[in-house]
Amino acid sequence: MKFSYYLLACLCPIILFSSCKKSNDEISPDTKSSFTIEFENQVSGSPLVLNTATYKNANGDDFKINVFKYYVSNIKLSKADGSSYAIPESYFLIDASKSESTHITLNDVPAGDYTKIEYTIGVDYARNFAGAQTGALDPINGMFWTWNSGYIFVKLEGTSPQSKAANNLLTFHIGGVVDPNNTIRTFATDINAANPLRVRADGKPNMHFIVNAGALFTGKTNINFGTLNFTMGGANSVLVADNYANGMFRLDHIHN
Amino acid sequence: MLKKTYIIAVLCLCIAMMYACSKNQDNEVPADVNIAFRVPANFPAPAYHFEDNKLTNAGFALGKKLFYDARLSADKSVSCGSCHQQFAAFANLDHKVSHGVENCQGKRNAPPLFNLAWQKAFFWDGGVKNLETSPLNAFTDTCEMRTDIATVIAFLKQTAPYPELFQKAFGTTDINSQLILKSLAQFTGVLVSGNSKYDQVVRKENSAAFTSTELAGYNLFKDKCASCHTEPFFTDFSYRSNGLDVQSADEGRSHITGVATDFGKFRVPTLRNIEYTSPYMHDGRFYSLDEVLEHYNSGVKPASNLDPLLKNGIPLNTLEKEQIKAFLKTLTDHEFIKNTLYSES
Ligand code: HEC
Ligand code: HEC
Repeated sequence: MKFSYYLLACLCPIILFSSCKKSNDEISPDTKSSFTIEFENQVSGSPLVLNTATYKNANGDDFKINVFKYYVSNIKLSKADGSSYAIPESYFLIDASKSESTHITLNDVPAGDYTKIEYTIGVDYARNFAGAQTGALDPINGMFWTWNSGYIFVKLEGTSPQSKAANNLLTFHIGGVVDPNNTIRTFATDINAANPLRVRADGKPNMHFIVNAGALFTGKTNINFGTLNFTMGGANSVLVADNYANGMFRLDHIHN
Repeated sequence: MLKKTYIIAVLCLCIAMMYACSKNQDNEVPADVNIAFRVPANFPAPAYHFEDNKLTNAGFALGKKLFYDARLSADKSVSCGSCHQQFAAFANLDHKVSHGVENCQGKRNAPPLFNLAWQKAFFWDGGVKNLETSPLNAFTDTCEMRTDIATVIAFLKQTAPYPELFQKAFGTTDINSQLILKSLAQFTGVLVSGNSKYDQVVRKENSAAFTSTELAGYNLFKDKCASCHTEPFFTDFSYRSNGLDVQSADEGRSHITGVATDFGKFRVPTLRNIEYTSPYMHDGRFYSLDEVLEHYNSGVKPASNLDPLLKNGIPLNTLEKEQIKAFLKTLTDHEFIKNTLYSES
């Protein structure tokens, strides 16, 4: 008898909890909540350490990175039923030198189970030509070309002994939205349906992306720093954008 | 005795300060004036939308003060107004190419600033796409004001009366690049020049009429020049080569498009107020309209991307040149050039 009392005492909270959990799963479409994304910058599997660490590109050239900044914008979430939600005004600048910028928060997202995320690597066409902007798009961030309107979508600066530029510099400023040198690329990834992004009133899930800076230099076209060490828009920027379009971001895991 | 001198000195200082203060106030728009963006009857609808940048007297006054403030540049010697002078219709008189901080010589001639609200692209090569973002290059270019926006913002935040002026214009003292650029656009966007003799003739105002020489010039102009210098802006805003050099030293339009056939092409410039915007062409190579007309008459070079319309140049005899010149001078808008609302006070 005593045993069953104990059992009851143990079971109660479990029942309570699971019933709680159950009510959580009934998602009202009007409920809005938030989730966060962490971008963990790496270079081909090693942590990105600015200024000091030496990396190797696919061509075998050594290089160091001093600056690594990129835009993630127009984030869109989709559910298994095919419906989707585009997060308005979602413009983020991730700067490897500012750790707070690598964690972003998306607010006012309708609760639901999302099984796909997509976003622009860079900034959409219209905002490149719009009037003065603030926030992530403020030209003060050093990601706006003043002589040829438009944003630098991905900026990587560093050095390589193989670079023939002055001081062995590497200057990769990728941007431009006009054909044939349009560098707007969209990244999309499915989320494992068994562990979707669960946005709930009381749950703030976190998505963890690995970002590979080395992806700029490998893929469709392996970059040789002896021949390509400087680009600011144009055909060579397209080569780099085509490289990173698929290789730069990888969804590692989600904490629900 | 010493005390007396002291009192007098303080009094003088006070008067001087009062004077300085009242001078400062001149920057503001007179109370009875309402700054407005006016579209002349012979102009089409503008490309810039003031709906997204609500025009106010305070916003305009702030933009104007920023425009004339040389303290914004690296060595505090150069303001927007140094290169864009009102008496030259906001072009740069006598400067072939722009002249920035520490006497740095740029590579291009400063264009005049008016009717910018109708432009969809800016600079000689059309690289800049929005009126609001067009001052950015001047701020940061090492050969213009050589500063950066963070420095400009820091300066404005700690320099009276700027915080107060931002408060009046935008309801905040939290100065950022957007507000700086929006106020500058309120000033530059309002610069409309559409009241020349030509405009009055076209609009049949004040019984304005061309002289017979001007009229002959107008007819020649429509025949020989207007396919590129199209009314009412006297530009069709296209990019072309008018054969200045066989091989252009400046890439021009191809720098922006990356297209080889755009090499050495520049925006067809407006000819409004042309009497006052010398020197001429993207590099300011011609000092007089006579030189320009002689170029079209005998100097057009077989550049690889030469505009087909200019294949044989534009033969002009002495009389025709005088007539065209007389017509071009009817494009001067004296009211605009002398309007004290736009002047540094
Ligand atoms: C050192 C001289 C210099 C200074 C200072 C300067 N500009 Fe300019 N500005 C130029 C030149 C030269 C160009 C043309 C650039 C080109 O075509 O590459 C230009 C172009 C422009 C244009 C585009 C005009 C058109 O028709 O395309 C605008 C608008 C403008 N400037 C506004 C400003 C403002 C506002 C400031 C102050 C923040 C400023 N400028 C300061 C020299 C200057
Ligand atoms: C095929 C097109 C074309 C035709 C026709 C043409 N122009 Fe031009 N014009 C241009 C272009 C392009 C420029 C700027 C060239 C440069 O700076 O590289 C220019 C520049 C000028 C300038 C200098 C303006 C300034 O602010 O620097 C004047 C003046 C001028 N043209 C007058 C004329 C006259 C007068 C005629 C007719 C006799 C004429 N143009 C015919 C294309 C043309």
